[in-house]
Amino acid sequence: MTLSIAGVELGSRLVMGTGGAPSLMALEGALVASGTELTTVAMRRVARPRPGAPADDGSVWGLLARLGIRALPNTAGCFSVREAVLTARLAREACGTDWVKLEVIADDVTLLPDPVGLLEAADELVRDGFVVLPYTNDDPVLARRLEDVGCAAVMPLGAPIGSGLGILNPRNIEAIAAAARVPVILDAGIGTASDAAQAMELGCDGVLLATAVTRAADPVRMARAMRLAVEAGYDARGAGRIPRREQALASSPPDGRMAVGDRPGNLDLAL
Amino acid sequence: MSTPTPSPTAVVNGEPYALAAGTTVDRLVAELLPGCVVDGAPQGVAVAIDDAVVPRSLWPTTTVEPGARVEVVTAVQGG
Repeated sequence: MTLSIAGVELGSRLVMGTGGAPSLMALEGALVASGTELTTVAMRRVARPRPGAPADDGSVWGLLARLGIRALPNTAGCFSVREAVLTARLAREACGTDWVKLEVIADDVTLLPDPVGLLEAADELVRDGFVVLPYTNDDPVLARRLEDVGCAAVMPLGAPIGSGLGILNPRNIEAIAAAARVPVILDAGIGTASDAAQAMELGCDGVLLATAVTRAADPVRMARAMRLAVEAGYDARGAGRIPRREQALASSPPDGRMAVGDRPGNLDLAL
Repeated sequence: MSTPTPSPTAVVNGEPYALAAGTTVDRLVAELLPGCVVDGAPQGVAVAIDDAVVPRSLWPTTTVEPGARVEVVTAVQGG
């Protein structure tokens, strides 16, 4: 059940985000319960120490190192190619990884990816030696273009960031997964476990989610649910679902039924 | 921003920062983040000056010039 990205084998197909958790302790419980081996972090300015400020309770960076979880820095909050590229380069320096979840966001209302900037930044970062995992629209053509410039995976959204609306365009997600030669990771929009299972059933190779877990009433329990859902969806996809039918189809044999009252036996009723 | 002041300043993470003569990047980071220095090397931190990353290996020999725009960033929860 490993997921291979850029030659690295990950033991879980669930990629977790760390945004939205109320505390590092709550985050730790959720990360462990999720079984994730790859987890996003954001890059932000360090806070200057203030006299009388409470002591730092440790960093998410230290937490991931302690749990043995690979960090996937993101370029969240970047609205231009220039910002995203600089943020990726800072992340490479700070986190010691050339993997980056590339986000170039169009505006702070929709939080949708800017397709033009995304492709340009992806191209630049791939040329600079990065392993680029772009957060992209649910557009099969854009996914193909991102793959063409050398992205190591494509990560289409199910629904807008933080919306929890699930997969709004399953046909597009399925088309992206069917055509891709790199892993497809559904990113954003997951609200509950069935959404994660659906992503896998549609052919995605993995699921990335954060707030569906971190803002759930019981994050640890939801993290476990997501782990099981991703595994269930993966197995269901691999098992091959039955075709959908317009009519009912009996599963018990029609032959050999007994006669009761006026009804003769073995009537060809599908029951 | 360019008003001359008695002591030279840089802009560090958007705030004015008084520079002692010859302040290097590694000294600046150690002052900002005394807690993150492990074995003499700050962990999980990166620095850009005027939109260009300063590789860690160059921190001890890179001087922060007056007027420089310095960003010191680290990994936080997100995404």
